[in-house]
Amino acid sequence: MSEPVITARGLTKRYGEAVVVDALDFDILKGETFGLLGPNGAGKTTTILMMLGLTEVSAGTVMVAGHDPVRRPLEVKRRVGYLPDSVGFYDHMTAVENLTYTARLMGHGRDVRKARIADALARVRLSDVAHKTVGTFSRGMRQRLGLAELIMKHAEIAILDEPTSGLDPQSTHEFLDMIGELKREGVTILITSHLLDQVQRLCDRVALFRDGKILVIGTVGELARQVLGAGFVVDVEAAAAPGKELAARLGAIAGVLNVQQTAEQTYRLTADHDVRAEAARAVVAADGALTRLSVDNPSLDAIYTQFFQKQAATEGEIRNAA
Amino acid sequence: MRREGSPWHGLGTVLLKELADHFDSARMLLLALLMVLAAAVPFYSAVEQLRTTTSEDPFLLLKLFNPGGQTLSVVAILGFVIPVVAIGLGFDAVNGEHNRRTLSRILAQPIYRDALLAGKFLAAIVVLAVNLTCLWLLVVGFGVFFLGVPPSGDEFTRSLVFLFISIAYAGAWLGMAMLFSVLFRSPATAALLALGVWLFMTLLWPMISPFIAVLMSPPDIRYQLLGIFDPQTAAWQQALSRISPYLLFEEATRTILTPTTPSLGPLLDQIRQLRGEVVGAALPLRESLAIAWPQAVGLVAGAIVLFVATYVAFQRQEVRA
Repeated sequence: MSEPVITARGLTKRYGEAVVVDALDFDILKGETFGLLGPNGAGKTTTILMMLGLTEVSAGTVMVAGHDPVRRPLEVKRRVGYLPDSVGFYDHMTAVENLTYTARLMGHGRDVRKARIADALARVRLSDVAHKTVGTFSRGMRQRLGLAELIMKHAEIAILDEPTSGLDPQSTHEFLDMIGELKREGVTILITSHLLDQVQRLCDRVALFRDGKILVIGTVGELARQVLGAGFVVDVEAAAAPGKELAARLGAIAGVLNVQQTAEQTYRLTADHDVRAEAARAVVAADGALTRLSVDNPSLDAIYTQFFQKQAATEGEIRNAA
Repeated sequence: MRREGSPWHGLGTVLLKELADHFDSARMLLLALLMVLAAAVPFYSAVEQLRTTTSEDPFLLLKLFNPGGQTLSVVAILGFVIPVVAIGLGFDAVNGEHNRRTLSRILAQPIYRDALLAGKFLAAIVVLAVNLTCLWLLVVGFGVFFLGVPPSGDEFTRSLVFLFISIAYAGAWLGMAMLFSVLFRSPATAALLALGVWLFMTLLWPMISPFIAVLMSPPDIRYQLLGIFDPQTAAWQQALSRISPYLLFEEATRTILTPTTPSLGPLLDQIRQLRGEVVGAALPLRESLAIAWPQAVGLVAGAIVLFVATYVAFQRQEVRA
């Protein structure tokens, strides 16, 4: 984690009157995995296209890998790999031929091409079908071929737009593992998705994006504290010794905000950090018998739902007030 | 704001890939077959007709292309078929990439859109040129074989000029097909519209334009009484007819291929008669070229204008599917 490789300042895209992307400011650091989350039509793809110089910037600036995509798109596109939403290949050409075309456009010589393509196809486990036409490929295989293209390019920055949408669970799992490998190699990754649990597993930081604006930005833990108020939910199942009030003791632990007795012997604690150790100690101190202790990590799913519900609610209030 | 880097970077790669695609495709094979078969029939009848007059005719090779009179000629058939082949090669050039979702992936590589579009256009032009050249070689070769008379240098040059004019004609139609492939997201719409324009220009316009000419400039009663064309009306008619690439092609090839009967339209014929020239005498190559020059340049210019329109439309288009 060091200097930023993507910097946006006041980045704006307008189509006539409609503002699709509204004055974005963000930095993505080198080696970081950054998730851009938001409902469909929030302007995620438009933001990506502006970073690649594939659509005009209405106002503001964006710098990608040290270059301005408006002025030097070729330099940017040489360093950035882009996997579009539901990527397409030439169906009548084989996997190798498709990648060879891209490698030629990159300007690689024959030896480099051969070596890199073989290596990339091996990494995404497509070596067996390297000489089959892409027309016979399943959706998952195409998606992997798209990833092979980024690997072959030796991209410093990988931009993945909804990479797992429409994949079956098995393919999704494999695909996410491959992205994880890229991440370990130090590639900076920008990923957009609506499959939140997957993004949560991969991303160092996420941004919630709606109506062309970034609403909150930070690590999943930070977002949980901001949006949910507290990030950790600890379930305690314990039989208390007679005469000892367990709920009060649990509530006295530092960091616990709320204790709820959900059944005779189960308690739900909401806390700003993981309080399992303290909770166990408290039960033992009260001579109780601890039978179960578990923690729910803050889930991005919950944050996302909660956040957009809150938004909708405030908007509703404003509308009602008016 | 100026962008940096060469717009032609990647052009060669795109060109080679598109060429390979064309030559591999079944569509290309069908279109080439269509062209050869369509030309074979008038060619055969021209040979049959010429066999009887071999000794008398100084322009045998040219007669193979355009026997004159009422017979269906290779040139007339080509004027009809070349647009179909050109449209067939161009109608899905850009929207096809959109629909296969390859466009955003390819444009995310370090090339400009310029290279992609120019590469596609050049590849199709090369394919058309190769096809037309093959056809030309077939006609010349079989002509010599069947008639047994080698062509003179003059004839050979004229037929070469004809080849260049046909390629320019193909380029104009290709430009239009590619423009539609950028403007319309659906290849079917683009193809139908291009074929519609083709039908209009080749069949309807030659019939409609004289009427419009009369409307624009009603002929003077004095000329009508004398039974000759009003030069004003004739000028209008000629100007209008030249909107259609088909008529431009027809006019240019007729001038080049039939030196003996250069009927240049009612207007020029009248002028030449007034100047005391004999209509029907053979024109030297240089003069034929001078007469056909504006039409040939018009076809090249049409191709360039349509390509530029395509280019502008493509640069402004959104990439996202």
